[in-house]
Amino acid sequence: MARMRKLLSAASLLAALALVGCAPEEGGLQSQKLATLKGRGKLICGVDGKLPGFSFVAPDGQYSGLDVDVCKAVAAATLGDPTKVDYRDLNSSERFAALASGEVDLLSRNTTVTLSRDAAGGNGLSFAPPVFYDGQGVMVPVASGIKGLKDLAGKPICVETGTTTELNLADRMREIAAAYTPLKFQTGDQTYAAYLQGRCVAVTSDRSQLAGKRTNFPDPAAHTLLPEVLSKEPLAPATVNADPAWSDAVRWTVYALMQAEELGITQANIDTKLAEAKAKTNLADLRRFLGVEGEFGKQLGLAPDFVVKAVKAVGNYGEIFERNVGTGSKLKLERGLNRQWQQGGLIYSPPFR
Amino acid sequence: MGEPFSGPLPWWRDRRVLPWLMQGAVALVVLLLIAFLLGNLVRNLSAAGMLLSFRWLQQPAGFDVSETLLPFDAGLPYWRALVAGLVNTLRAVLVGLVGATALGTLVGLASFSSNALLRGLARAYVELIRNIPLLLQLVFWYFVVFLALPNGEAALQLPGVVLAKSGLFLAWFGEGLRWSGPTLVEGVWQAPLRLTVEFSALVTGLVVYTGAFISEVVRGGITAVPKGQWEAAASLGLGPLVTLRRIVLPQALRVIVPGLNTQYISLAKNSALAVAVGYTDLYSVAETTLNQTGRAVEVILILLGAYLVIDLAISALMGWFNRLVRIRER
Repeated sequence: MARMRKLLSAASLLAALALVGCAPEEGGLQSQKLATLKGRGKLICGVDGKLPGFSFVAPDGQYSGLDVDVCKAVAAATLGDPTKVDYRDLNSSERFAALASGEVDLLSRNTTVTLSRDAAGGNGLSFAPPVFYDGQGVMVPVASGIKGLKDLAGKPICVETGTTTELNLADRMREIAAAYTPLKFQTGDQTYAAYLQGRCVAVTSDRSQLAGKRTNFPDPAAHTLLPEVLSKEPLAPATVNADPAWSDAVRWTVYALMQAEELGITQANIDTKLAEAKAKTNLADLRRFLGVEGEFGKQLGLAPDFVVKAVKAVGNYGEIFERNVGTGSKLKLERGLNRQWQQGGLIYSPPFR
Repeated sequence: MGEPFSGPLPWWRDRRVLPWLMQGAVALVVLLLIAFLLGNLVRNLSAAGMLLSFRWLQQPAGFDVSETLLPFDAGLPYWRALVAGLVNTLRAVLVGLVGATALGTLVGLASFSSNALLRGLARAYVELIRNIPLLLQLVFWYFVVFLALPNGEAALQLPGVVLAKSGLFLAWFGEGLRWSGPTLVEGVWQAPLRLTVEFSALVTGLVVYTGAFISEVVRGGITAVPKGQWEAAASLGLGPLVTLRRIVLPQALRVIVPGLNTQYISLAKNSALAVAVGYTDLYSVAETTLNQTGRAVEVILILLGAYLVIDLAISALMGWFNRLVRIRER
């Protein structure tokens, strides 16, 4: 039960804080989390688990999605095997307690980067680069005739509690001075069930999430997104602030997926690229990126060829996007802001130097 | 053989001192343990830069709370949001207590009925309800029963009561204290008293669930009264209802009240499951607050404190009631 789990994680956070005798060791070169991970042989990754396109359990019991691929890439980079992941389904209000208490190593659960979540005095998270630039939207039944936010005045709106969505909704509705009734639910399942049962005339969330959930509706075509985009929602994987070396390993694994796309390295051609890098000593950039020379892996506490392993496991960023949420998938989302920077998007990896 | 000891007793053998000494030692150990845990908590929180602070309670909440008795908007501080949630919790608990007591008493009495069908129904109700987790029952009431209700003209209409998906509409004193029932205005129900389906589902779930346990407490209390009391009353020519009211219940209450106390306390605690059916109670507001502020420890401490106070208040009231109904030895 979700609620039991949350209580447990909150309790274990309290207990951990109360019982741990000494503060965490000074962060040396070696990350404590990486050592734990290698000892355990598994990465514990917190995901949504019920969001098509991002993290979803297929009929065969396998997790798939964009968020899941990030978990796999990190497992491949750190442990050398993308299958060594334990997935934990977390709802939006239990996710931070689960991360802070160490119940999960990595949170890859369409989480918006915000100041208060990042700040040491707030949730104290450390964010990897955003893997999906999103915005908050509102979904209504086509038959309702609602055309914009103003039409929602005085109406009940379903929203998941513990999300930035909840606050943005309150802000926007205050701006246009429209009274409304927020109906808050603890899990996405309850939120969308109440919406489908007609308890509220609209449901609000990130636009990608609405599109993803809609694919599972009995009649997806009967629901439409309002044109308004309520907010910026950069969704990023997160780790705790306390272990900077581990955060760096995650951060640069994500960057590696983006850099691979920029360099035209794909899951299919990675082996030829690697052979090429090994053969031609003049391709210094490629040799460093793929770990043929240089110490990038070692500096991060990872294997020299962590990039090769990550790309081999899940492909580059563009491939991950297309496979899970792109125009070829069920969600049919355009790349939009999520194109590479040369194409006018926001996906931009700092140099691997 | 020496003289029997006659001087003053040394203090370490004094029966008046020893128990105090032992209890003092135990208390000291417990206090030290608590101090150690609290010290660790504060030390580790400060190391993580999260020293306990309650100043954030004054900051604007930034989220809305639905169906509040006290006016609330997103510009008001967090503590007002928590108070609004607490009031919502108390409202559900109070209505739940009254309903569960009434239902439990009726079912408890029904299990003594001479009518076999009524007895069987009472047994079936108790066995069915108390063996299914409350959370499941709440989800059932909300999603399967209340959200399946139709809206508008098709809504379920009883005299003075209308059950619709948009809520429960009851007859009550409206404008000018005139008794008025629910009316349909342009396809939307209006009534002087409107309860949301979330509140209704929560209260129904709590009443039905706790009612089953209370009926067992009532049954136990009545069974504890010796059969001779019934027979004596019958031989004096008293009818069954008078016997129950004048003879049996006064004696049964001293057995019933302590058990009732336990059930009342569980009902208050179970009300925190409201979040599963979208009712904005204290727990739901606290959860949002926790997420927005990142103040996990403080918010949980506030929650612990609030539920503790509610339950202690119930206990105190029941304790007072218990003293009222106990048999006075004369």
